Amino acid sequence: MYVIVVGGGKVGFYLAKELLEENHEVLVIEQDGAKCERIAEELGDIVLKGDGCEAATADIAGFGRADMVCAVTGDDEDNLVSCQMAKAKFNVPRTVARLNNPKNQKIFRLLGIDTTVSATAAILAQIEQELPTHTTIPLLQLKGGLEIVGMKMPPDAGVVGKRIRELLMPHGSHVILVVGKDGMPRPTSPDTILQAEDEVVAVTSPENEEALRAVLTQS
Amino acid sequence: MKVVIMGCGRVGSALAGMLADDGHDVTVLDIRQESFKRLPTTFKGKRHVGNGIDQDVLARIGVADADAFFAVTQGDNRNVMATQMAKHIFGVKRALCRIYDPIREEMYRELGIETISPTILGATLFKEKLYKQPAPAAAGRDA
Repeated sequence: MYVIVVGGGKVGFYLAKELLEENHEVLVIEQDGAKCERIAEELGDIVLKGDGCEAATADIAGFGRADMVCAVTGDDEDNLVSCQMAKAKFNVPRTVARLNNPKNQKIFRLLGIDTTVSATAAILAQIEQELPTHTTIPLLQLKGGLEIVGMKMPPDAGVVGKRIRELLMPHGSHVILVVGKDGMPRPTSPDTILQAEDEVVAVTSPENEEALRAVLTQS
Repeated sequence: MKVVIMGCGRVGSALAGMLADDGHDVTVLDIRQESFKRLPTTFKGKRHVGNGIDQDVLARIGVADADAFFAVTQGDNRNVMATQMAKHIFGVKRALCRIYDPIREEMYRELGIETISPTILGATLFKEKLYKQPAPAAAGRDA
């Protein structure tokens, strides 16, 4: 695959390094001369000095034949513009944007960016998993807007003792896995009976996440 | 009309003054308090310090109730991001955006954003001045 990485900071550098190790063709676009030199010294001649939000630079970089553009600068607005340009002007099949502010996920999705990745959100999810609060934890985003979420059911949840087929799930949401209190996954089918403090993994959409949480936690 | 202006530089402050004079309810947003010094002394509108590409900030200053939103900071990318948030998240009917880079401006115009490129506008005005207006009288020139 030809992958263009916009932003040669720490994220961009290690991303490029890993992709090269997997034998992908990689180009890093970076504005800062010193960062360009460091990348060239360590990873070879795979860096283009320039602004990854500028059409002229994108043209030279070969956005037109890129399989993927990953915009990983420290500024969400720059990552947005790089990805929008990749889509609108160069028809890049897949764009990935790093988010610094996790709340920007919604607007990036609305504007057609295929995938967003937020270190802040990932760390937050880790912290939330350690807390006894019964909120849904995003585990994975799927292409097309669906997401996989996990949540622990409170002992007094109304669904305890019920079969999965009896749940009034929101539209398009399904339980895909149940993990017991002991940490062991149970074979999951419509007849699986939910038990107190089970951890439930489900597929849902961001709009239905709250409704799903309500179904699984209300006492 | 309720108007929100993001960026209180020369353009933002002048625009805020003009729209307030026309009787509109104007809110100005800038990341630096000191930028508000540029506003006319008579300006009675609201001033908020905050980052216009943070949707919590846009929500707090009431962008959802605005009839018009202008993004006139120095950064093209910040402007397009804020404009698209105003339009797509907060449903503002008129979201206008300054983009210096003419190529980026064209792209976002094609994506349905109301844009202005001062680069092209300025160059066009200079050209027209040269072609259409007579040179100032010789007496006005420095020797």
